[in-house]
Amino acid sequence: MLDPRYVGGDGPPRDRRRIPPQGRPRLLLRLPAALIVLLVGGCSGGVLDPQGPIGAANRLILLNALGIMLVIVVPTIIAILIFAWWFRASNTRASYRPDFVYSGGIEMVVWGIPILTIMFLGGVIWIGSHDLDPFKPIASPEKPVEVQVVSLDWKWLFIYPDESVASVNELVVPAEVPVHFSLTSASVMNMFFVPQLGTMIATMNGMVTQLHLAADKPGEFYGQSAQYSGGGFSDMNFTVRAVPQDAFAQWVATTRQSGSALDRTSYLALCQQSSNVRPFTYRAVDAGLFNAIASQQLPPCPGPNIERAGVTVRPRSER
Amino acid sequence: MFGKLTWDVIPWSQPIPLVAGSVVVLIVLAVLAWVVLKGYLPYLWREWITSVDHKRIGVMYTLLGTVMLLRGFIDALMMRSQQAVAFRAAGYLPPEHYDQIFSAHGTIMIFFAAMPIVIGLMNFVVPLQLGVRDVAFPTLNSTSLWLTATGALLVNISLVVGEFARTGWLVYPPLSELPYSPSVGVDYYLWALLISGVGTLMTGINFVTTILKIRAPGMSYLRMTIFCWTALASSLLIIAAFPILTATLGMLALDRYLGFHFFTNDAGGNMMMFINLIWAWGHPEVYILVLPAFGIFSEVISTFSGKPLFNYRSMVAATMAICLISFLVWLHHFFTMGAGADVNAFFGITTSIIAVPTGVKIYNWLFTMYGGRIRFTTPMLWSLGFLVTFVIGGMTGVLLAVPPADFVLHNSLFLVAHFHNVIIAGVVFAAFAGITYWFPKAFGFKLDEGWGKAAFWLSLLGFYVVFMPLYVAGLLGMTRRLQHYDVAAWRPWVLIAGFGIVIMMAAAACQVIQFVVSIRRRDELRDETGDPWDGRSLEWSTTSPPPPFNFAVLPNVGGEEPYWEIKRRAIEAQQLSPEPKYEPIEMPRNSPTGFITAFFATMTGFALIWHIWWMVALGVVAAYAVFVWFAWRDAVEYSIPAEEVARYDRERRRAREQWLAQHAGQPA
Repeated sequence: MLDPRYVGGDGPPRDRRRIPPQGRPRLLLRLPAALIVLLVGGCSGGVLDPQGPIGAANRLILLNALGIMLVIVVPTIIAILIFAWWFRASNTRASYRPDFVYSGGIEMVVWGIPILTIMFLGGVIWIGSHDLDPFKPIASPEKPVEVQVVSLDWKWLFIYPDESVASVNELVVPAEVPVHFSLTSASVMNMFFVPQLGTMIATMNGMVTQLHLAADKPGEFYGQSAQYSGGGFSDMNFTVRAVPQDAFAQWVATTRQSGSALDRTSYLALCQQSSNVRPFTYRAVDAGLFNAIASQQLPPCPGPNIERAGVTVRPRSER
Repeated sequence: MFGKLTWDVIPWSQPIPLVAGSVVVLIVLAVLAWVVLKGYLPYLWREWITSVDHKRIGVMYTLLGTVMLLRGFIDALMMRSQQAVAFRAAGYLPPEHYDQIFSAHGTIMIFFAAMPIVIGLMNFVVPLQLGVRDVAFPTLNSTSLWLTATGALLVNISLVVGEFARTGWLVYPPLSELPYSPSVGVDYYLWALLISGVGTLMTGINFVTTILKIRAPGMSYLRMTIFCWTALASSLLIIAAFPILTATLGMLALDRYLGFHFFTNDAGGNMMMFINLIWAWGHPEVYILVLPAFGIFSEVISTFSGKPLFNYRSMVAATMAICLISFLVWLHHFFTMGAGADVNAFFGITTSIIAVPTGVKIYNWLFTMYGGRIRFTTPMLWSLGFLVTFVIGGMTGVLLAVPPADFVLHNSLFLVAHFHNVIIAGVVFAAFAGITYWFPKAFGFKLDEGWGKAAFWLSLLGFYVVFMPLYVAGLLGMTRRLQHYDVAAWRPWVLIAGFGIVIMMAAAACQVIQFVVSIRRRDELRDETGDPWDGRSLEWSTTSPPPPFNFAVLPNVGGEEPYWEIKRRAIEAQQLSPEPKYEPIEMPRNSPTGFITAFFATMTGFALIWHIWWMVALGVVAAYAVFVWFAWRDAVEYSIPAEEVARYDRERRRAREQWLAQHAGQPA
């Protein structure tokens, strides 16, 4: 069962429908959508190749909205080209109607059709925004895994409060189990984004944002910061490894055996700026660390600062 | 003595900015030397620098914008080429330099390229279309121009003295706060925008006053051209939005200079407030730029279709609707900052509502072409390119307005492609359409059509080759502002975009050649009639270029298309209207106030950036003294005698009679 502390403020639990990985929009809407998917055929790894329910729902609404608009946009573009060509000055067969400057019928259509479209789209927006609110938990029989995320300069710290371990620049989660993220930043704003899992969310110092994601099956996904945060920003990416549930338990057990412990002192060392940090783990974590960062009991970290040097850009070949 | 300023602030060790800066300095010095040696300096000073004539100010604004457009384009070239080579490699621009380039690119393109061109065209055209002699406050207008130039100058100084911001073009805190950006880059940004923002605000006040209070006899609101309506809407937005920008940047300046805590991490500061405020200015800003662009397209499409604008009143309503709604959408710039579902949905819906009046405009242009006789001149080609491309950009914009879609596309190259799609197709295409359309009015000769069309087709092609791949890269998850990247799937798209910018470069070369060729062939391209395009609004009724007083006698307006009616009547009657009675005309005197104020404003800005406090005091006092001195002037205007007006107008009438004789027997 879900921990009630983490239920989003979104109405009673029975409203929490499972977000379908594949929806069934009308054929009319699916056709152009399918075309677009074909167009960017080799798009594996992006937001059109989702590997979790949230990403799939993001994609679905993206393609639906695109389909709704293409219904108007394509005829409009064709009309522009046809009108411009047919009414060229050299075309003697086209009738010149300089007095055709008003038509109540056309006026009604050109205001009416966009208004109706936007009303329809407005409904999609309203429902979609509520269904896919990042605060809203994913309905699942599994208890969500808790992960606390701290964006550092320029690396990511992932704390597993229930398992009391932590890792840097590598997020290991069990597949098919919802993950509940609580996110904050050590200094400047960043944005936590795993394109194939869907929805991104900002990380800000002194504040906690929340996000729910899940992976459909085991796999490795690219994660990055989607908010520029200074000199080492380009290297501020990480790998998400979704593993089978027993492998996750095993990973936790292994992690507990080696490495150092993360407490306030070692955190202050960790949060100094550095980039291109190879993933590593902590065998234990100070239980109140995340809260201390988020509530500024631990003051903001020194942050990115090019004058203090330390920016090293090294080409990487892995990944 | 000189605050933080030492010889070390010049980037001796970085060849790229140093060489680029030296070349620019050399070019500027060479131009200055040429001007001085040829003896043009007194002429420039008398006729241009101190000019309060709205036409000259418009030309100078547009020139400033065009030069800065080129500067911003060079930044774009560097970014695209860096990303093209920076796959699993460091590329040739280190992050500390690359980060300045993308920050400068955005700042320059919006504030010092797009804004000056749009305001320049407004300056040149609006009084002519309203059938009046000048704007409401001519000297203030000159001051606005030179304060904008101050901002542009400060941004360019940062190339060689110190550095520019490395924070992105909207300097989000806390990154832009003192602990994380201690150098002068953000200060350059702040003072450049704070000073030029004053100029922009004064322009807004000037144009609202002009349009509301100064129009030709009979020019009621619903007889104004759509361009005047969009200029009014844009100026109203400037008045409402720019104070927000000034206040926001002022608060950031207080944080940085006096240790305030508006947006800091600690002591109760809140960076989300900055993001809220900056976009409360930032989104209306988009419409400040694009509404006059819509106005330009309305003029061009109507003229070259040989028809009045379809559904004029609907167009006015759509313009004013956009003007209002543009203040209700700013939150869509940060859907991913953690607002609740209700808030996100509300702003998503208001944003998509803006698509309704915009869509209406598209259809009105479409039906203006319907039943027309379309001449495919260069301005018309830019307008057609706009119609097709802008529809695509609008569609991707509404996609981004859907919060769950934005959750995966925010800050991606999809977003970058979207706003370049609407700003290039909307504002830049409009700028070129407007410049080609009104160039003969300003200088008395047309621009070369061959090179103009080449520039159009290459720009259009280049645009698609650069930005369509960026849409795809965004869908593949590529975020913006990456100095290098490791993901192989992104690479082909980044490379195609890099190839596209080469096409854009060819387009830019065609533009430059177009100007050079046209100036050399100006006698062949001469427009004697003042009406080279068979125009419909009042600016075409006077000569090209117009005299300082614009019209010998203010036109009497009897309908929506006053000049078209005058022309039709003349053709039907086979004669011009009877010669009017000429009277002496009072015109405002030229004044160096604007230029001198801006000189001291530049000094103040520079001193504030480098903490040279005595110079700050000197600059502020001197700038204020200039205003006091101006307020005490006794000779405000000079008089042009009636005989001179009559001589000018009789010559114009002779040219028109010749034109009429050539068109004898043609149906109106």
